[in-house]
Amino acid sequence: MGNVILDVRNIHKQFGALKASDGISLDLRQGEIHALIGPNGAGKSTLIAQIAGRLKPDSGCVHFLDQDISLKSTAQRANLGLGRTFQVSALAMENTVLENVVLGALGKRGKVFSFFKSVMHDKNLLSQARATLERVQLIDDSNRITAELSHGQRRQLEVAVALTLAPKAFLMDEPMAGMGAEGSKKLTKLLRQLKQDAPILLVEHDMDAVFALADRISVLVYGKIIATGSVDEIRSNPDVRKAYLGDEEAT
Amino acid sequence: MINERVLNTLIALLLLVVPLFAWQLDEPFIITLATKAAILALAGVGLNLALGYGGLVSFGHATFFGLGGYTMGILASHAQSFTPIMESPFLIDGTKSMPIIWLVAIVISAFVAFIIGLLSLRTTGVYFIMVTLAFGQMLYYFSISWPAYGGEDGLSIYVRNEFPGLNTLDPIQFFGICYVLLMVVIFFMSKLNSSSFGLALNSARQNSERVQTVGISPFRLQLVAFTISGAVTGLAGALFADLNRFISPTMFSWHTSGEIMVFIILGGAARLYGPVAGAAIFILLEHVLGGLSEFWHIFLGAILLLVVLFAKGGLIGSVSKKAASHG
Ligand SMILES: Nc1ncnc2c1ncn2[C@@H]1O[C@H](COP(=O)(O)OP(=O)(O)O)[C@@H](O)[C@H]1O
Ligand SMILES: [Mg+2]
Repeated sequence: MGNVILDVRNIHKQFGALKASDGISLDLRQGEIHALIGPNGAGKSTLIAQIAGRLKPDSGCVHFLDQDISLKSTAQRANLGLGRTFQVSALAMENTVLENVVLGALGKRGKVFSFFKSVMHDKNLLSQARATLERVQLIDDSNRITAELSHGQRRQLEVAVALTLAPKAFLMDEPMAGMGAEGSKKLTKLLRQLKQDAPILLVEHDMDAVFALADRISVLVYGKIIATGSVDEIRSNPDVRKAYLGDEEAT
Repeated sequence: MINERVLNTLIALLLLVVPLFAWQLDEPFIITLATKAAILALAGVGLNLALGYGGLVSFGHATFFGLGGYTMGILASHAQSFTPIMESPFLIDGTKSMPIIWLVAIVISAFVAFIIGLLSLRTTGVYFIMVTLAFGQMLYYFSISWPAYGGEDGLSIYVRNEFPGLNTLDPIQFFGICYVLLMVVIFFMSKLNSSSFGLALNSARQNSERVQTVGISPFRLQLVAFTISGAVTGLAGALFADLNRFISPTMFSWHTSGEIMVFIILGGAARLYGPVAGAAIFILLEHVLGGLSEFWHIFLGAILLLVVLFAKGGLIGSVSKKAASHG
């Protein structure tokens, strides 16, 4: 296992009486896919939101590349190299597919406050944007309005935008959700390549994908991590079977 | 469905041709109406950057319209009475020069917009609307209670300000000035909209999280947009004051903010020529319906309701498909 890239330390977050994060610690190491699984409402998205900067934890901290980023904004964290995809697509729906990835490339480059040059004629940004669209196989849809894309295609576009940032770590919240078997298979292949570029903290419901991809798995239940281990360890862990996999297999 | 660029060209030509005909037919009143439309369009073009492209529902753009107007009124009234605005610590004289007045109006409006933006952009939704409204009303009441420049009664400027090489008292020449300024600002807006800044601003309106997630702060984008927006509306205020040769607190009132917003709703938000179409329709309605009945605002209200319910993109949105905003 490689160096620790992302280190979450003892995070607590409460919504009223609900403990969405109840002392969560986990890390993400160079070269790995660390899957985070758990039943609906376990607090997975809440954890991702705290790592990405959208939510502030009540206590605990997040270290990224040996730096405490707990007080940084979402934008600052992105600039440091945190790339994320959302469970519910967060895209500029009226814009074209290409415009969405160019925005990512622009965020990576900086110099947003340029008022006269046409951004969609910027060769550097365009070539980076097109390269990522090729990679997620959306290049043929470049000029479509994002709102017209299928659900699965939007997920691909989310990944493409994250790719334009060339991040040092990925946070992915259910990237396969609603994708269909074919799409999931393609994305599984892509994620396996991606982890060479940067480690991935992967929240995913698709157990086939998780077992195929993950180097480590953490299981989150009611805001607490009840087990962390390899695929085999998690599969055979009795607590996990009871709390989570048990219900899955029953259905 | 008409191509948006063709439609824009048609609108620009129409706004030019009508006063030219009126000039040939010796109908100065129509030239004045066209001038008013061009100036109000400019105010709307300013607001459109914040409201249309930025998604910032400012209900306080009268602040900048009024600041532009009072800039003109204060500078010109001192020039007309040959008294300096202040003598210490340094001497500031009034002026009758339009370009200087415009520049001062732009700088002051931009500065105030920056401050208001700094304070109000931390809030969203209804709170943002209320904070911007509050600033406008503050200046409104201030202008009423400040007797030096006419207070409640307003202030007349007897001779229109000067522009080198032109006779600004000639309606068609003054129209020309306003029209050229409008076109220059629209050109600037079209550039801005297809620039990096424009892409980021438009994306932030649609999804703020998306923009943050790629490392861009929406707050800074919106602050810059709000500042430029205020500056443009301020420039329009200075021209409007010169058109009427009169300023009054009404320029600061929330009615004025509402009217500028109406231009955008009628013409189409986030459309380059939306405010131009909207202001022209507004002036036309005011003139035609206003001639029929004193209560023409009721008809205006009905038309607005229809537009909001059935033609969300305003005039431009309903007759032309959205042109690719970038590229
Ligand atoms: N902003 C919020 N306010 C109140 N409760 C919330 C909020 N966000 C999430 N929750 C609650 O926290 C729990 C965890 O939610 P979430 O992190 O979305 O779960 P998961 O992604 O694991 O399905 C859920 O019970 C959810 O209803
Ligand atoms: Mg979730």
